[in-house]
Amino acid sequence: MPTPTEQSRPDPEPATLARTRDGRPVSDRGDTVCVIGAGASGLTAVKNLVEHGFGVDCYERETGVGGAWNWRHDRSPVYASTHLVSSRPFTEFPDFPMPDDWPDYPHHSQLLSYFERYADHFDLRRHIWFGTEVIRVEPVAEDRWDVTTRSTGGYGPERTSRYAAVLIANGHNWSPKLPRYEGLEQFRGEVMHASSYKDPAQLRGRRVLVVGAGNTGCDIAVEAAQQASHCWHSTRRGYWYAPKYVFGRPADQINDTLLALRVPLRLRQWLYHRTLRLTVGDLTRFGLPRPDHRVYETHPIANSQLVYYVGHGAISPVPDVARFDSPTVELTDGRRIDPDLVVFATGYLPRFEFLDPKVLGDDEGVGRPRLWLHAFVPDHPTLAVAGLLQPDSGLFPLAHWQSVLFARLLRLRTTRPERAAAFAARARSGAGERYAGPVKDSTRHWFEVGHVDYLRALERALRDLEGGK
Amino acid sequence: MNGERVIRSGEWARPVRPVRREVLSARPELDEGQPPLLFVPGFGHGAWAYAEHWLGHTAARGFPAYAVSLRGHGGSGPAPEATLRAYAHDVVQVAASLPRQAVLVGHGAGALVVAHALARYPARAAVLVAPVLGGWATFGAALRRNPLGTLPAVFGGGLRLSRRQLFGRETPDADARRHTNRLGRAARRAQWELLTGTDPEPPVGGPPVLVLGSPDDRVLPATALTRAARRYGSAPLLFPGMGHDLMLDARWQEPIDAILDWLVKNPIRGEVR
Ligand SMILES: Cc1cc2nc3c(=O)[nH]c(=O)nc-3n(C[C@H](O)[C@H](O)[C@H](O)COP(=O)(O)OP(=O)(O)OC[C@H]3O[C@@H](n4cnc5c(N)ncnc54)[C@H](O)[C@@H]3O)c2cc1C
Ligand SMILES: NC(=O)c1ccc[n+]([C@@H]2O[C@H](COP(=O)([O-])OP(=O)(O)OC[C@H]3O[C@@H](n4cnc5c(N)ncnc54)[C@H](OP(=O)(O)O)[C@@H]3O)[C@@H](O)[C@H]2O)c1
Repeated sequence: MPTPTEQSRPDPEPATLARTRDGRPVSDRGDTVCVIGAGASGLTAVKNLVEHGFGVDCYERETGVGGAWNWRHDRSPVYASTHLVSSRPFTEFPDFPMPDDWPDYPHHSQLLSYFERYADHFDLRRHIWFGTEVIRVEPVAEDRWDVTTRSTGGYGPERTSRYAAVLIANGHNWSPKLPRYEGLEQFRGEVMHASSYKDPAQLRGRRVLVVGAGNTGCDIAVEAAQQASHCWHSTRRGYWYAPKYVFGRPADQINDTLLALRVPLRLRQWLYHRTLRLTVGDLTRFGLPRPDHRVYETHPIANSQLVYYVGHGAISPVPDVARFDSPTVELTDGRRIDPDLVVFATGYLPRFEFLDPKVLGDDEGVGRPRLWLHAFVPDHPTLAVAGLLQPDSGLFPLAHWQSVLFARLLRLRTTRPERAAAFAARARSGAGERYAGPVKDSTRHWFEVGHVDYLRALERALRDLEGGK
Repeated sequence: MNGERVIRSGEWARPVRPVRREVLSARPELDEGQPPLLFVPGFGHGAWAYAEHWLGHTAARGFPAYAVSLRGHGGSGPAPEATLRAYAHDVVQVAASLPRQAVLVGHGAGALVVAHALARYPARAAVLVAPVLGGWATFGAALRRNPLGTLPAVFGGGLRLSRRQLFGRETPDADARRHTNRLGRAARRAQWELLTGTDPEPPVGGPPVLVLGSPDDRVLPATALTRAARRYGSAPLLFPGMGHDLMLDARWQEPIDAILDWLVKNPIRGEVR
């Protein structure tokens, strides 16, 4: 099987009559489905669509698979020490397990090798056009889509192909969310977003301020505690710093033991608070702010070391940044500190630069799509987004079932149109539904889902589609 | 194909422990891009049962061939507490470690293990050879034919299958004795689950399934063979005159050739477009 290259890309067939608005020919790809991105979500989409009998063209702007987990990619957010935060059973695809002799929390390089093996095992690469960026996706008649691509970096001509359906799996952890502060431009120290942080050597001997306490901020603060000459960790609220292990087992496995017993959220929260209280202790005693919320009301942190280093005095917890003031930084409690490196671990924002925001229901253009199951697009039954989730657990099983559902839906459009129509109605009425308990208002929680709540909703959608109970 | 289970909190919370797994293999001289076959032995048997004839023959016909010993069997690590779930886990682990999407072939109770594995791995195809899919009916038949070997299994003892049950008349006595002496036993819990266990979940990925066996099998009644085939929407392929252990029988070549012919003829999903 030849590997797809630039030369062998789907070429406009001479017979095509359709033209783009600027007069270029459109290559008609018939019933083929287009997948955008070959990260975890894109790979599983390709596999599941092929398994359901579809032809697939997948476009990937990088030169390899693995998306965020391929540290060779410029836009990869992983740093040298990244290990999973969700333990192995929650993170692996449901029908392709990771090796059982891998650790509970594998390293990012193991994740990359896992995705490469997945791609080879299911022979997915022959569907993927590497080094090819999708720059426009436009709806055309009969629920079909014109997808315009060009070589990554803007070289070469644009090409447009027409597809029966499009699945967007472009990831949402690569476009940095950077807060604005008064005086930041004049600040004399170095400023970076966590996405450019790769290696602890970048911190060695520096006076480092880390802003944000998502999993990234906590990891970097811990590395700064080991490498930097000083580390301040600024958070705008208190958090529950949950250890990776409780009772000698991965914490998420304990949690799911309770979920399997259908223990209600309030009781699980209480048990979790008790357990943290007994193991980690009272966080305010360490100088950390008291959490302004119950556990699970912010995206969970899994970090056993942060509190430990605070206890060693190697991390100084500080409140939010008020303003930058050339050599110093002023905090909201009036204190001034003098870091020479500021790392903003303030997270990421989704970006669909190839699509009119209105298509995804983002009418105000704030960047937040309005979808059902965070995946299905009201009024566009042949368009879906995969992986646009912030689960309290591993993402890949969720992305797997999203694409299974999409493949089944596409199949039923021809065999049982009335069921596809019912699904479309559900996508309209269900747009904006949430699949988690209450969460704090923050862009980082736009796609927050409890993995069991979410999978239940997906399972129900699958059963309804199949005409089950 | 539909109705798969999506939520497995119990399984996620209690992952199966890793174990050393014996995998024997035979590779074709020239890789012609054929899918690999993974052979799964039945209770008491190890990968050795396939190493005797089938692995080599499969490779000679151009298919990469692998056989795994379930935990507690053959050269794999000990596992006295193993369950059917742990056995199916072993199969899926080995299948996923192969370079390409595999065909799963299970024999005897190994076919039940494969049936469970099919719910957790989208096999390219599956073959159930003299499948012992469990339940009390199978047990009744075994009891009638070999009461002394079968009954202790209910009380946690080893299931002992006799030479006459496993091998056809044409198998030389010396061979039959040699093989019988190599038999081990499955874990107590797994044996119990074979009798009482729930039906396997539906397979994922819609693999084609072939069922074959012998009408003269003295472990598995012909009706059970037909029932197993019907479950997968086909009729069984029959090899009269052979014993339960088709891969060790004097006429071992007929069934394996039939399996490989079926794979060649059957357009394997994902290949044609
Ligand atoms: C530091 C860090 C650690 C994490 N740890 C975990 C964890 O432990 N467990 C977990 O489940 N999740 C974790 N995540 C979340 C992570 O985002 C997911 O694991 C996963 O990488 C998402 O996969 P994806 O395929 O949806 O997106 P990505 O991995 O981002 O892949 C998207 C792909 O699409 C391509 N692409 C984008 N736009 C275009 C375009 N216009 N044209 C062509 N190609 C395009 C990109 O090049 C990329 O290859 C972590 C995230 C970060 C930042
Ligand atoms: N496997 C791993 O080890 C690992 C490592 C890193 C990340 N991840 C995953 O990757 C994803 C992204 O994580 P992330 O940590 O990069 O981002 P994140 O979860 O969005 O966290 C961002 C942090 O920055 C804070 N913040 C955001 N905007 C701010 C502002 N304007 N001013 C002050 N603080 C602000 C947030 O506070 P609020 O809470 O107040 O919004 C939060 O503490 C998550 O799914 C995470 O689980 C996994």
